[in-house]
Amino acid sequence: MTVYSLGEFRRFRGQSGDFLYLVPSGGIFSLDEASAAILDKLSDGPLSRTDLIGCVSQKIGYSPLDVTETVQELSQVHAIRDGSPISTAPQQLPEHFPLQTLVMNLTNQCNLSCQYCYEFGEDKIATPEGKKKFMDRETAKSSVDYLLSQSEGRRSVHITFFGGETLMNFPMLREVIDYASEQAARKNVKIDFSLTTNATLLTPVIIDYLAANKVGVTVSLDGPKEMNDAFRVFSNGRGSYDIIEPKVRELLARHHTRPIAARVTMTSQAMDVFKIYRHLKHDLGFHEVGFAPVTSSANRLYSIGVPGMNDVFSQFGELAQEYLSFALRGELHGFSNVSDTLAELHQGVNKSHPCGAGLGLLGVGPSGDIAPCHRFVDSDQHKLGNVTTGLDKQKQSDFLNRGNIQSKTDCHSCWARPLCAGGCHHEAFVRYGDTGHPNLHYCDWIRGWTHTCLEIYGALAERNPAFLDYFAERKAV
Amino acid sequence: MKHLRAVNRKALRIEEHVAPAREDDVVALQNPAGPKPHIPMGCSLVFFPGWEVDSAGGTAGLCQPVERDLFDCYVTCFWPAHVPDHLNNSPDWTSKCAVGTKDWRNVDIVFP
Repeated sequence: MTVYSLGEFRRFRGQSGDFLYLVPSGGIFSLDEASAAILDKLSDGPLSRTDLIGCVSQKIGYSPLDVTETVQELSQVHAIRDGSPISTAPQQLPEHFPLQTLVMNLTNQCNLSCQYCYEFGEDKIATPEGKKKFMDRETAKSSVDYLLSQSEGRRSVHITFFGGETLMNFPMLREVIDYASEQAARKNVKIDFSLTTNATLLTPVIIDYLAANKVGVTVSLDGPKEMNDAFRVFSNGRGSYDIIEPKVRELLARHHTRPIAARVTMTSQAMDVFKIYRHLKHDLGFHEVGFAPVTSSANRLYSIGVPGMNDVFSQFGELAQEYLSFALRGELHGFSNVSDTLAELHQGVNKSHPCGAGLGLLGVGPSGDIAPCHRFVDSDQHKLGNVTTGLDKQKQSDFLNRGNIQSKTDCHSCWARPLCAGGCHHEAFVRYGDTGHPNLHYCDWIRGWTHTCLEIYGALAERNPAFLDYFAERKAV
Repeated sequence: MKHLRAVNRKALRIEEHVAPAREDDVVALQNPAGPKPHIPMGCSLVFFPGWEVDSAGGTAGLCQPVERDLFDCYVTCFWPAHVPDHLNNSPDWTSKCAVGTKDWRNVDIVFP
């Protein structure tokens, strides 16, 4: 006798109908009356096939044949289970995973002294002592060669410049762009560039160069003056806002070849989401604003804490509703956290690892040492190799095995795992001392946020599906 | 699918993946233009009480034992009614039904 029970999924409402987010596949299906009734019935407990079909057809007046067909469909997508075993183990990683993105930390020096900085702040893991402070020409070229040699089979690759403060090594940035463009053209590979900067060193010449070379720019800043200057300060303690404001305006006025994004680190002094968003999007004119709570061990002066995060999260929800009302009218809203999540939901990603770190993405420091990503650059403990000698496969596979969702048993019962996969490796290391530890301190927020974005996705699928085409090609950063 | 609508890209891929696994429709044997019926390997269309005979009209020269045909008709064929329950094979098939075209009536009703 076949007995059916519920499979693993998250059910959510759009504006008028019900949807299923299937776990772990990441598929999203909309339900009709019959399929919704079957799931309602099974939510009371498992039921035999005969009883299920009998009850449901009687209740909603569908023919038993129709209900049988629906049961079959739900079973095929694993929304309901008949007890037969299914394999949920993720696919093995291919032995050679081609590199796609190289984050080059051109320098580990910075002209700001942001107190929360993961490179220099209280929770830093970098050990830059005795290492090069600026990347030299030879190392930079080796890095580019390394990217191009390890990205076999890719039609396009990316270089992201990072620091320290990236623009403190602008001459090298230009050289890398020239050299990499030339080498990529020779290999018939498309290459693009982006950078993250604190904006303090932008000049019209630099801005024009970035625009002419279509370099994507992300500016780190935390909002209006009082919030930005709480922690984003020079070494003498002076705030950075007054220096960067005119430069940011200049950047936004002159650079039109790529969307310019603001990246906000939320701290105990920067928690007013709406105020920050309005300022950065409307007063300054950024195309997009992305928010991330500061990475910290518990109880730092700048950390947000649980009540603060609850407040931030409820503001995220409100701003996300504003995003939805824009999207229903076919307009782009600048709250990029929503766009990033919608992009992943639209693809239906099902991650074995939280991000591409150590796999399709690597970080390289001024010395040429390779790290899983920019956040681990210059940390001896996390070094995976060097651009001149290649990756230490053993260390890489240790890092990847730790970070694999398979080894994070806490995550195995969570419906948000296809997107989250345990969260940032670096955040986990700072919190728990292990890159493979799931970030249990923000599970509830991740689930809440994912649910909010699912509802937005459902509403858009019902009312303005054309808007979702925007995400067909968008790659979440 | 009729009752579930694939919304995101992964769902479309799932739908594509499960579509071929659906049960085949019932089709006519003589249907030159349309989809062909599933004919179990070894099944005979020439003489059709449900089992196959060799070129001499018997079962001795078949490339596979005749019992295999029973099983295949029952499990995968479109007309299972021809054969006794595959768990209860006709106990003295070979002695009663040496020549299928002539002797098939001898099989008679099989009581489990």
